[in-house]
Amino acid sequence: MEPLNALVSLSNFMLIPALAYGSQLALGALGITLIFSILRFAHFAHGDTMALGTAAVIGGTLFLQAQGITEPFGLPTALLAIPFGLLVMIAYLLTADKLVYKYFRKVKAKPLTLVMASLGVMFVTNGITRLFMGVGETRFEDGNRFLFTVREFRDFTGLAEGMALRSAQALTIITALVVMVALFWFLNRTRSGKSMRAYSDNEDLALLSGINPERVVMITWTITAILLVLAGTLYGLDKGFRPFNYFQLLLPMFAAAILGGLGSPIGAIVGAYVVAFAEMGITYAWRRVFTYLMPEGLEPNSMMQLLPVDYKFAVTFAILVIVLLFRPTGIFKGKVL
Amino acid sequence: MSLTARDLGLFAIMFAVLAMVAMFQSPQLAVTILNMSLISAIMALGVNMQWGYAGLFNVGIMGFTAVGGLAVVLIAQPPIPEAWAAGGLGILLGLMLGVSTILASVIVYKRMTPSKMRGLAIFAVLVVGYLLTSYVFGPAKQAVQAVNPASEGYLGGAGLPVIFAWPVGAVFAAGVAWMVGKVSLGLRSDYLAIATLGISEIVIAVLKHERWLARGVNNVTGIDRPVARPIELQPLPWVQSLAETLGWSVSQTASVVSGLGYSALFIFVLAILIWLAERALNSPWGRMMRAIRDNEISARAMGKDVTRRHLMIFVLGSAVCGLAGAMMVSMDGQLTPGSYEPLRFTFLIWVMVIVGGSGNNWGAVLGAFVIWFLWVQVEPAGRWFMEIVTSGMADGSDLKQHLLSSAAYMRLLTMGVALLLMLRFAPRGLIPER
Amino acid sequence: MTQPFLIGDSMTGGYGGADILHNCTIAVEKGEIAVIVGPNGAGKSTAMKAVFGMLKLREGSVRLQGEDITGLTPQARVRKGMGFVPQTSNIFPSMSVEENLEMGAFIRRDEIRATMEQVYELFPILRDKRRQAAGELSGGQRQQVAVGRALMTKPSVLMLDEPTAGVSPIVMDELFDRIIEIARTGISILMVEQNARQALNIADKGYVLVQGENRYTDTGQALLADPEVRKSFLGG
Repeated sequence: MEPLNALVSLSNFMLIPALAYGSQLALGALGITLIFSILRFAHFAHGDTMALGTAAVIGGTLFLQAQGITEPFGLPTALLAIPFGLLVMIAYLLTADKLVYKYFRKVKAKPLTLVMASLGVMFVTNGITRLFMGVGETRFEDGNRFLFTVREFRDFTGLAEGMALRSAQALTIITALVVMVALFWFLNRTRSGKSMRAYSDNEDLALLSGINPERVVMITWTITAILLVLAGTLYGLDKGFRPFNYFQLLLPMFAAAILGGLGSPIGAIVGAYVVAFAEMGITYAWRRVFTYLMPEGLEPNSMMQLLPVDYKFAVTFAILVIVLLFRPTGIFKGKVL
Repeated sequence: MSLTARDLGLFAIMFAVLAMVAMFQSPQLAVTILNMSLISAIMALGVNMQWGYAGLFNVGIMGFTAVGGLAVVLIAQPPIPEAWAAGGLGILLGLMLGVSTILASVIVYKRMTPSKMRGLAIFAVLVVGYLLTSYVFGPAKQAVQAVNPASEGYLGGAGLPVIFAWPVGAVFAAGVAWMVGKVSLGLRSDYLAIATLGISEIVIAVLKHERWLARGVNNVTGIDRPVARPIELQPLPWVQSLAETLGWSVSQTASVVSGLGYSALFIFVLAILIWLAERALNSPWGRMMRAIRDNEISARAMGKDVTRRHLMIFVLGSAVCGLAGAMMVSMDGQLTPGSYEPLRFTFLIWVMVIVGGSGNNWGAVLGAFVIWFLWVQVEPAGRWFMEIVTSGMADGSDLKQHLLSSAAYMRLLTMGVALLLMLRFAPRGLIPER
Repeated sequence: MTQPFLIGDSMTGGYGGADILHNCTIAVEKGEIAVIVGPNGAGKSTAMKAVFGMLKLREGSVRLQGEDITGLTPQARVRKGMGFVPQTSNIFPSMSVEENLEMGAFIRRDEIRATMEQVYELFPILRDKRRQAAGELSGGQRQQVAVGRALMTKPSVLMLDEPTAGVSPIVMDELFDRIIEIARTGISILMVEQNARQALNIADKGYVLVQGENRYTDTGQALLADPEVRKSFLGG
């Protein structure tokens, strides 16, 4: 019985990665929920837009590296390129809105028409990303890769089991926290943020109160762009950049937003962590943890893995199905029906 | 038949373009495009039933076609007795245990009053069921996969004629659609979209991972074909004399003849489906479906069980997609789970439906032809375009290399632009609903 | 004859299809209460929406303090000093009471504290519940939020579309009292009411509309006393 070693092993292979993954999902799901509550459609281009934003950051990173400007304070160069990525993506999303979505808003098209339009944008975005990046994997993480390594941890604590904290993971968790706090401050304390909430609550009354819907829409896309670029960059630093993986994030992001309640920002965050921990927990091989926890002689002889990793989408899907069956409004009662 | 002269003209142009491909590029390419267009047309028809008749948004087409493709393996491949002996029983038993676990937890949920006890009971059922299932299933699966893994390692199929696989593919897809529809219909319209997106990813994950079922990423190849292979046609005297008349090589003639054999089969199926779909659309049932689509609230108020009707049309449309998926696998003679990509198998079909004209069966068919043609031809066009763009650059420069190698992605861009332009300027499509 | 403070003069129009209003005139003087009553489908709410610019007039005009505002959008009319309380969906349900009031004052760039105090004076219960989400309040309290929201722009005219729909009689009396109080501060009130008798009781001016036309127009008291009006519209 060595609970401490069990905990360390669990943290290293499950808790920390899940926390990082959950933070990345949360930033993405927040964007989905914001677009849903303001523009009122399911934004299918979300994953691919995230990929394009990350591609822009990678482009900036390569440029900076070529200039010899690298690794500020040992952190990844990509951090310096984020402002560039933000500018590109804000411009991209606002242009997409102007060229595509604005017309459908004007003619008061059905939400599904807007979803369809977002499919078109998805195709275009997808094509642009691949034109620049191809389909293969790009790694752009540099700087000190670890805050502390397994060996350092073991030497320091004297435990048998080691634990590492990668800078990308730590960065992800801290950034997500800061961004979430900033977002809630913006939504609850500023005039623009409140006008967004008002617009989401009651469009007609917001109009009557003199809130300019086009401005609200612009702010929404801008915030979405920020969330997307950060989420995409952090995900890419953590796991490497492959455009298709970003597309596949669509499902867990939607699942998180629906689980939390579409239209509820706090719900999107909670939903994202639930999805992340469920995915990781169910596809994690618990053998080591139980080897430490069980009394001698009773150690498990299998991997103790509930599902193979290939089925992580099945976990997300199961969560989605359970929510749809039992509580379609989500945990925090989103806008539904 | 509800085709105007204009519609016929559009089809005529399409076939003229295909004829030009045959003349200027190669007859094989024209036949390949034709056959894939026909299959895409059937998929588009299925999607059009869901979207055009009922306004259901299915983004899991890939999953339904893949399930249809699985049927081909399970029907047409010969059974592998060693594998069955090694673990067939265990796998069947394991599957049954898995299903009974879910059923048992549903029964517990329905029978017990809501309480903490119920939650615990369901949890207990799931845990016990999971342990039992994996105890039986795991070793059986390992045993099956260990049987001659280089070429087999799966249970094989029923060894029936491949043509039976087509309706079975439709039934498989219908079954999956029923489960998804049961859960997500009757809620917000975008929920079906997200649920279908999910199920299609899972279907592909299962196909890739469960090697005992259809060899997973190792692919099943050499599946029996419904039409003679070119290699079998080549020695036939009439093929050889035909080659002489046309002035083509024998191998080219044989592959065109073989391809046209598929075309004939596909056209036959497509014709039956269109006939049925058109009849259904113009029947009282079709009018009711469209009435529901146009005003769900008043249809509900009139006492129509909208959710049930939606489930029905969703299952039917998905079955058509499954059928097309089975046809595609039997044409290729192989099931390659790794090749199923959502952009190609789900979203491209959507572009076909929107461009063709949602709500119009002929529109869906035309859309499939136009878009598949573009999909095939944009790639060389993109390369040509990139060659012009890069012609001024120094040979061997990185940028030139990069741009040339990226030409393939021009097609995604083109499809997106086509979809957006249609939605914006001609939302009713090439052949509008009437 | 002097100009009324706000007048919808000989308005004719509808929502695109057939005309709903036929040469209908509605006016209100400064600090007075004008009430529009009539049977269902008489075009009461339509007349009010026409005054507020929510439907296009084919003929006639709307003038505020003598200025022709017929061509202005509802938003522009809000800036001109008109406040409007819709019949339904008239609050931001997930926002707190205080935020609802803030949103009411969205177009104002000056200090809104004092106005908010006035609203709290008028509806003390809102002060107690100012941190609560407006959607969680009772029906009567929600109406108070809705009226308070409209008052935040410091309007010179307040237009209320059936403010007492769906509230209990006690709450209704209470609301009417508050409306009188608002009028005493110099704000003109134009309202549509289903509860004709009570509404005419507090009205300086009453308009009885039938099929989009003015049928009777007089002071509230005179209409209440008119046997014809009593028989046809007030249930004897």
